[in-house]
Amino acid sequence: MTLTISNLQVSIGGAKILRGVDLALQPGKVHGLAGESGSGKTMTGLATLGLLPHGATTSGRVDLAGRDLLTMPVRELNQVRGKEVAMVFQDPATSLHPMLTVGRQLTEHMRHHLRLDKATARAKAFELLGKVRIPGAEAALKRYPHQFSGGMRQRIAIAVALACSPKVLIADEPTTALDVTVQAGVLRLLRSLCDDLGLAVLLVTHDLGVMSAVADEVSVMKDGLVVETGPRERVLRTPSHAYTRSLLDALPGETA
Amino acid sequence: MSRLSRRRRRLPEAWRRPLAVVGGVIALTWLIVAVAAPLLAPYDPLAQELPRLAPPGPDHWFGTDQLGRDIFSRVLYGARVSIPLTLLLVVLSVLIGGLLGACAGYFGRWVDETVMRFADLVFAFPTVILAMVVAAALGASLTNAVLAVLVVAWPSYARVTRGLVMGMREREFVLSGRLLGFSAWRSLRLDVLPNVTGPILVLATLDIGTALLLLSGLSFLGLGAKPPSPEWGAMVSSGVEVFDSWWVATFPGLAILTVVLAFNFLGDTLRDALDPRTARAIKVRAL
Ligand SMILES: Nc1ncnc2c1ncn2[C@@H]1O[C@H](COP(=O)(O)OP(=O)(O)O)[C@@H](O)[C@H]1O
Ligand SMILES: [Mg+2]
Repeated sequence: MTLTISNLQVSIGGAKILRGVDLALQPGKVHGLAGESGSGKTMTGLATLGLLPHGATTSGRVDLAGRDLLTMPVRELNQVRGKEVAMVFQDPATSLHPMLTVGRQLTEHMRHHLRLDKATARAKAFELLGKVRIPGAEAALKRYPHQFSGGMRQRIAIAVALACSPKVLIADEPTTALDVTVQAGVLRLLRSLCDDLGLAVLLVTHDLGVMSAVADEVSVMKDGLVVETGPRERVLRTPSHAYTRSLLDALPGETA
Repeated sequence: MSRLSRRRRRLPEAWRRPLAVVGGVIALTWLIVAVAAPLLAPYDPLAQELPRLAPPGPDHWFGTDQLGRDIFSRVLYGARVSIPLTLLLVVLSVLIGGLLGACAGYFGRWVDETVMRFADLVFAFPTVILAMVVAAALGASLTNAVLAVLVVAWPSYARVTRGLVMGMREREFVLSGRLLGFSAWRSLRLDVLPNVTGPILVLATLDIGTALLLLSGLSFLGLGAKPPSPEWGAMVSSGVEVFDSWWVATFPGLAILTVVLAFNFLGDTLRDALDPRTARAIKVRAL
């Protein structure tokens, strides 16, 4: 399923946070979104799913298979969230519910969206944990998020996001809070899920190294605008925008 | 694992401090008295057949009042009047204030505006005066005194709950819940509220004393319980008429004092037993 964001604008209390963002996500492709902190990457993800702070106004279009998510009634949107489009956050320590078991967090929305009974949902959760390579799935289902390491928690968060087989995944800096040693594993996982399931992935990161490792397409954001977009090779080898060049120059050990 | 077990070990420690034990014992005693007053009281609390204004002695531990009633028995029976009503009052304030504050904090916009303007309105008046005015306007009765205290008590819960909920709703796991397609109501009920109950429980426990003081204060002023009823505030009030017989006002006064102190000790203990972060959230409100 293709997700097309066109001319997305968001302002909060008079401040223009997004000034007309355009992005297109294709099935089976990882679209990397780079840009310095505060450039509006997270806002783009949240606005896409209609979840902004109080007092935010939005305009533009977010097209998912012919439907505009921005004008969709909340009831319908709740059917899209988690079921067709899912999101993973930066810090798995805070994005999982601290008081619910992993099993409950993996099954609750499956039962809600897919109307599965408890046993079926549990079997599926077991399978999902295997897919994101959590060892000892049976025991893991009964444990709480804080009983896992950061890398494992992020894998669990990804499993939760993928439970209802969404077609689009927005991953907001999924490796930033993790140790360098486990970052690669999570990225490889995202890449293989994208290839195997035909997922359209928006991979938000301010790390161009991460980007060059997994992205097919790359967009660069600055001050609420996408200033450059294109295939990875072209954007990273021959950046046309001065800002992209400056980001690349800041990258250690990477020569463009 | 380690975080959980550390917490388990810390909780009893807070409860083992002297004030916690004293508070617990006094509160428990009063609860037992409230339940078992008919079994414990040596006399009928309403019967006017004893010598009048007899000082405390072996027959009448707390003496008798100007109508020849046994004050010890009346104080015991008073627990059945004041304690259940105070608890009910606090529970209702928590429910009403908590629910309104939670909606205000979670949904924002006009819900927030409306709820918080009403709360501000109540906060604009001195608590005791407003409770008196409401009780007087409704007519003097114990039920109306309870309603009056309710009117002045809910806004502090609304304010605290709103603040806590506003902090929670921006948390990532709450956003995550919404992004998985759960409704706002479900998110409020299952993701937000369970994470704010601790501080509200502490506040409610601390508030039991205040609610009892207000309630008996209204009765003392003649705006609550009517004379024959063994309500502590009303008893203090009638004791003031016979000031030389100190025991008539002193014992019901002591009853109020001990209940208030006991629940304040318990509230403080609960607060210390919870995270330091929660403790801070409550202290902010106290300023
Ligand atoms: N709740 C909010 N209210 C007002 N402005 C906000 C809020 N959250 C974020 N912003 C602003 O929106 C801009 C974009 O933020 P964000 O999307 O989080 O950036 P990024 O994810 O690229 O680091 C920032 O300038 C930030 O200050
Ligand atoms: Mg961000």
